[in-house]
Amino acid sequence: MSNHENHGSIKAYITGFMFSIVLTVIPLVLVLNHLLAKTALEVSILLAAVLQFVIQLFFFMHIKDGEGPRYNVMALILGIVFVVTIAAGTIWIMTFNSQVQ
Amino acid sequence: MNTSHFFVTGDPMIYGADASIVLVTLAIVFYLSYFKKWGWLWREWITTVDHKKIGIMYLLASLIMLFRGGVDAILMRLQLAIPNNHFLPSEHYNEIFTTHGTIMILFMAMPFMFALFNMVVPLQIGARDVAFPMLNAVSFWLFFIGAMLFNISFVIGGSADAGWLSYPPLSENQFSPGPGQNFWIWGIQISGIGSLATGINFIVTILKMRTPSMRLREMPLFSWSVLSASIAILGVFPILTGTLLMLTIDRLLGGHFFTMDAGGNPMMYVNFIWMWGHPEVYIVVLPAFGVYSEIVATFSRKRIFGYSSMVFSMIAISVVSYYTWAHHFFTMGAGADVNIVFAVCTMIIAIPTGVKVFNWLFTMFRGRIRVTQPMLWFYAFVPTFLVGGATGVMLAAAPADYQYHNSYFLIAHFHQVLIGGVVFGYLAGLYYWWPKLFGFKLNDRLGKWAFWLWQIGFYVCFMPQYALGFMGMTRRMYTYNQTMGWDMGWAPLNFISTIGAFLMGICFIFQAWQIIYSIKHGERDVTGDAWDGRTLEWSIPSPPPVYNFAILPTAKGRDTWWYQKQEMKQDGYKKEPVTFEAIHMPKNTGIPFIMAIFWFIAGFGFTFQWNWMGIIGLIGVAGTLFARSFQYDTDYWITAEEVEQTEKALGRL
Repeated sequence: MSNHENHGSIKAYITGFMFSIVLTVIPLVLVLNHLLAKTALEVSILLAAVLQFVIQLFFFMHIKDGEGPRYNVMALILGIVFVVTIAAGTIWIMTFNSQVQ
Repeated sequence: MNTSHFFVTGDPMIYGADASIVLVTLAIVFYLSYFKKWGWLWREWITTVDHKKIGIMYLLASLIMLFRGGVDAILMRLQLAIPNNHFLPSEHYNEIFTTHGTIMILFMAMPFMFALFNMVVPLQIGARDVAFPMLNAVSFWLFFIGAMLFNISFVIGGSADAGWLSYPPLSENQFSPGPGQNFWIWGIQISGIGSLATGINFIVTILKMRTPSMRLREMPLFSWSVLSASIAILGVFPILTGTLLMLTIDRLLGGHFFTMDAGGNPMMYVNFIWMWGHPEVYIVVLPAFGVYSEIVATFSRKRIFGYSSMVFSMIAISVVSYYTWAHHFFTMGAGADVNIVFAVCTMIIAIPTGVKVFNWLFTMFRGRIRVTQPMLWFYAFVPTFLVGGATGVMLAAAPADYQYHNSYFLIAHFHQVLIGGVVFGYLAGLYYWWPKLFGFKLNDRLGKWAFWLWQIGFYVCFMPQYALGFMGMTRRMYTYNQTMGWDMGWAPLNFISTIGAFLMGICFIFQAWQIIYSIKHGERDVTGDAWDGRTLEWSIPSPPPVYNFAILPTAKGRDTWWYQKQEMKQDGYKKEPVTFEAIHMPKNTGIPFIMAIFWFIAGFGFTFQWNWMGIIGLIGVAGTLFARSFQYDTDYWITAEEVEQTEKALGRL
């Protein structure tokens, strides 16, 4: 039971943590202070979300580590399918909102 | 808050419940103290990380929840039996249909499914435990504490009454003030985290813990069904957690995700909750399909017909089920394009399901069939699920759905698929694997009484509801007047339906009696292979020793135990001498239970909006996690001599 893999360094965790905090605060500030027009705001929030996703994968999910890339790639594809379904599906279904409001 | 609001008052049935809860609790405490069983309870059950014991606890909890949900159902049917009935106050009726749905899906079907996962999967794939035994215990205790938190609401604080999925704006503070709705949120939230962990646990178990010689494409079909259900759990339970969190923010912190004003949109909740809710019903039915696959093969004494197509159809179901959620709100008016896509996806699911049914039938074709209790439930499943599936395709036709939506037709449909598919499947699995876990079979005669009453009761109860739906009766209707009742013909159909519900209630009594009777008089199984099975779980003693397999088994293709038995029967078969090795096992730990207690404190605190208490609970949860990460002494070895002695005592040498 001694094949412990690399679980990352404290420095990497702190960097990741800082990044994810910043990426959470940016959309919050943008929304609360009404800094951008609607479309620009939506695009920036989505952009921050995508970056957040990447940060999580690299700093916390150890996408680069592990015994072989096969499981990682499969899990990643599965995750992307889930996320795209949730986000794109919701946006598509809820577009009716613009017609009724 | 004064006590008259804290405790639910004013209803004689609730006082009866209060009294019985106190009495049962006292009886349990007295029993445990008198027979000095507290230590036994703690060491053998509460701190256990053994998947078999966790499975048994899941099973017990789900049967209790089946009773609670069943009583709710009987109360509802009593209320609807005759027109203008005032058996229940309308608020109480709302609470009961809410708790009935929530309990049956989340606190009955889910734990029953996890019971089968735990009881069977490691044995079937030749593993000694699941991949993360301690996480497995955490999952169980989170489910259990979530269920308890939800259930105490009917005597403390009042139950939720906004429907089993609690659509906003009704479930927002404006329309549902008070703790009831919060009980619903926190009960599900806490147990949902446990479910997600179980999903992860079984994916890893199946991918990484199979006995080294078992290839994925030769794995028994029940394990395949668990894998596909677990992948679906992984995909959708985070959505549930997120949705409930947003509703919590709305209610607790004054957010506006789903409110009617300030930019909120209640339909967004409906969109999210069904993104979880629809795959959820496929999650519960997939393992039932797995159970049928095992049973049909065993009792037809044949390999399953079309193994690869079985696997493929299960994966297809778990993928496509992810793209059907909008069919629950066709009437929202998202437009023809959205409705068409989701209608077609919904109908597509019928294809892999049909493939599976044909495969089971072809497996039986020219097989030597033994009609046992598990097989009976399979026979009942086929026509019931067929009709349920056909009415499902009717509902999936988006234009027609505008007629059926939220009518009793829908109620009849989903009970038909959930009872006919899920409950029959799990009961079949229970009868099938019961001898494995307990070492005796459940009595045949009582089981047949229960079976036939279930069948008659089911059809008497739900067939009239299809007609009622066409006649315009909508779901969640509290009562109906004389005109609708007698002139429009609702009353006779409702009355017949109530009779059916009572018949099913009697079945539950028969099954409880069957279990109690069989503990003493059930047919004992000393071979470990009660049904002449085909897969690895039947190669070890019943009940299995703590380490399951003394030596990790060699899997030679599908149905490996069946062919091994044939080999053993041949002349000149020599048993290979075995050498035992020390076995590495996880140690029991109290941390999962303690963590669940802190979750309960947190959930209870936030429910009553006593934020100090909620925060104390969450700190406790973090503390237990912290404590666990500094626990280094988490495993032990069973020595080779001990293994040899145990195997000798079990008559295996």
